[in-house]
Amino acid sequence: MRPAALIGLLMVLTVLAFLAELVFGAVRLPVGGVFAALSHVGTAADQTALIVNQIRLPRAILTALVGAILAISGAAMQGLFRNPLADPSLIGVTAGASAGASLAIVFGGALAGLAGLSAIALAAFAGGAAAVLLVYTLATRASGTSVATMLLAGIAISALAGSLTSLLEFYASNDMLRRISLWQMGGLEGANWPRVALMGGIAVVVLAGLPRLATALNALLLGESEARHLGFAVDRTKTVLITLVALGVGVSVALAGAIAFVGLVVPHIVRLAIGPDHRALLPASALAGAVLLLAADTVARVAVAPTELPVGLLTALLGAPFFIVLLRGTRDYAL
Amino acid sequence: MTLQAEAITVRRGERALVAGVSLHVEPGEMLAVIGANGAGKSTLLHALVGDLPPSAGRVSFDGRSLATYDRLERARRIAFLAQASPLAFPFTVRDVIALGRSPHATGRIRDAEIVDAVATTTDIAHLLDRTYTRLSGGEKQRVQLARVLAQVWRAEDAGDRLLLLDEPVASLDIGHQSLIMRGLRRVAATGVAIVFVAHDVSLAAAHADGMLALADGGPVASGPPSQVVTEATLERVFDADTHVIAHPVTGTPVVLHD
Repeated sequence: MRPAALIGLLMVLTVLAFLAELVFGAVRLPVGGVFAALSHVGTAADQTALIVNQIRLPRAILTALVGAILAISGAAMQGLFRNPLADPSLIGVTAGASAGASLAIVFGGALAGLAGLSAIALAAFAGGAAAVLLVYTLATRASGTSVATMLLAGIAISALAGSLTSLLEFYASNDMLRRISLWQMGGLEGANWPRVALMGGIAVVVLAGLPRLATALNALLLGESEARHLGFAVDRTKTVLITLVALGVGVSVALAGAIAFVGLVVPHIVRLAIGPDHRALLPASALAGAVLLLAADTVARVAVAPTELPVGLLTALLGAPFFIVLLRGTRDYAL
Repeated sequence: MTLQAEAITVRRGERALVAGVSLHVEPGEMLAVIGANGAGKSTLLHALVGDLPPSAGRVSFDGRSLATYDRLERARRIAFLAQASPLAFPFTVRDVIALGRSPHATGRIRDAEIVDAVATTTDIAHLLDRTYTRLSGGEKQRVQLARVLAQVWRAEDAGDRLLLLDEPVASLDIGHQSLIMRGLRRVAATGVAIVFVAHDVSLAAAHADGMLALADGGPVASGPPSQVVTEATLERVFDADTHVIAHPVTGTPVVLHD
């Protein structure tokens, strides 16, 4: 498929999935009412408009942004590590956030939130950021940052954070245990306008910043010294890339929990269609990630209404069969 | 206008990997570096390109120390081909070669012409739309060679240029070995100084203007092939019994060993 065609198709799908997220839910809203509510956000006062403006619209925006950030970060990490099995959690951000969130759940009962963010979200971000910082510091010497060391340091720090989480789970009450385990499955039910504003600000930086590194990532696939000989500022590229991924995924995980699969597999689905050139891969992955997470979240809210399934369950449940079919049908992935 | 190395030494810890090597290559010239495994040939190339700063001596190109070149200017004038590339993602051959043009801003049309030209020189024009990861070892090597040729292809982009090649023909059949060496000669004639590491001493002697023999990081002999390729030198460099005869047609030295 031509890259431009896929990106066009994904744009259409993103709009459709976004509308589906608004229309479907515990209550099915009339499509006309949704459009009416969208056309004058903040003024309409009927029930449809209230549901759209206060609940579903912030949630749809947050879902799309989180999906886009996870997928584009996964694509960038696979390029940086020259490893098709890399995903954003590789640099410790997810495990660190998980430990941070568990700490807040077990010990932070009395902590208040800040600006629409719960103490759990803040602790998750702090945990994720601390883990990435540690991984990056461990892998950096005077001669530069070693990607191979970073991979191993990421595994080590993730294991440490994982055992901290397990220890907290061991001492947690039954109620806390349930909250920890639900947080780890991920969910977007906490969406509100302040969170959308925060995620939106971060998303602008990440979604605009990562594609600027596309040609450098292409060259990095040849090897680090090859990229350097082609005139790319390899160390600066690595630092900027890790910072953007840590920022984007750190905030995503803090706001929506650990959502598996999107960062790992969406880039592969896109690569199967249009090849590994990051100039098309990065934007297409962002769109495909948004589509997948919007679809998963819609199903999560509809499947067992009026309660919700954790969206992290559904990303894999929806995405994995699609990926398997693609993989079986493709003779020439050559990766 | 030349590549000049003066008594460069590269150390890793206590060990000198390259010790007191000097060389001098003009644009249009091809210098072959020969030596046994681990003699410091690759280390020397890495020092010449600036990957490994020498602990003593200096390297200059076009009268300026390599350290004074900025990233892009260096990439436009100096290309380096390592022994192996870790590329494991399914780019097309065309995309891989086009990466060689990334330091230049010559536009898509010009770059596509250059990709076609280097593909012809390396005999991979028929592979341009194939997936790199599916090629054979020798085909991959020709693609990577085409990529670095694309990087320093045109004199109007950068003036005199430098091409450093670590065993550029090691996994090629004899037909392609000769083809590539003749292609490199034409590239050199456009104003490129070429330094290449070779294991096939006879092939190197047939195509290089000068040769440099290394043993344990130090220079054993240097000069025109007829002076370097002698039974005595080869004994010291490779610790092997050889006979050197003259090529019946061209007269260049040919090495026989058992």
